[in-house]
Amino acid sequence: MLSCALRCLRPSSCTLALSRQLAHHRPHMDPSCPRPVETTIRTKLTQDLKPEHLEVINESHMHAVPAGSESHFRVLVVSPQFEGLSLLQRHRLVNESLREELSTCVHALAIQAKTPQQWSSNPSLAKSPPCMGGSKHDDTMTEKLKAGRD
Amino acid sequence: MNNILRSTARCLRPGAWHYRTAQYNGEVLSGWARLMCSSAGQKNMEEMVKKDKVVVFMKGTPVQPMCGFSNAVVQILRMHGVDSYAAYNVLDDQDIREGIKSFSNWPTIPQVYFNGEFVGGCDILLQMHQSGDLVEELKKLGIRSALLDQEKQS
Repeated sequence: MLSCALRCLRPSSCTLALSRQLAHHRPHMDPSCPRPVETTIRTKLTQDLKPEHLEVINESHMHAVPAGSESHFRVLVVSPQFEGLSLLQRHRLVNESLREELSTCVHALAIQAKTPQQWSSNPSLAKSPPCMGGSKHDDTMTEKLKAGRD
Repeated sequence: MNNILRSTARCLRPGAWHYRTAQYNGEVLSGWARLMCSSAGQKNMEEMVKKDKVVVFMKGTPVQPMCGFSNAVVQILRMHGVDSYAAYNVLDDQDIREGIKSFSNWPTIPQVYFNGEFVGGCDILLQMHQSGDLVEELKKLGIRSALLDQEKQS
């Protein structure tokens, strides 16, 4: 398993193969189940960054939190507003857009922030590393999960 | 294939890194002392991030990460042969956890600092690793990435 994870981290040559293999994996979601946090994230990022392409994925099921949680997310934002900005600057824009959620119910946010040109040359969604159970040992999680439900 | 095996073996080599836990981890402070600490919190954070070339705020420790994203940071640094860095376990100290989020103006853990300057979290470090930028940034710190040696051997 470690060798597989390390292959995932090898630069450039493996990235595309890994991304194609893992792209478009979506957990089974009950369409009738309300997803208020996901909806808010989608709304705010659309409003603030005017993305050409946006993916908001609830990855909470991959972590040590109750089923149905909205605590761990991955976002892929493709926006011309990222032109000329460093990775750090891009991520800060995303963080700023979701400041309220990140200070309350969202515990983890994985970010891919690409320009339209970068997206067209490499249209792949990265995969989050496997959970190591940190949320189980995290005293602040109860409050965050409650904030997500309220 | 040999390069992969060598790279894997290197990463699995135990005890090749050193890390320092928070200097006030586990101490019981009086009310007055705690007030002084909180008012000097920013200064403490600044000292912590500048004390070492590479500083990581993570969940768990490099030996036993407690979070997949923190583990990814540890693994990346290990792949590049960065085996001496300061690692602060935020799960052990809520003051550090909240302090670094405020200091960096960054809402999540892990957080990586190079020469006192905030680099980013797991996503950014991973992209820097994949693009080759990490090798260059380590060079600026006076750290030669182990991946350069692997390239030479191949």
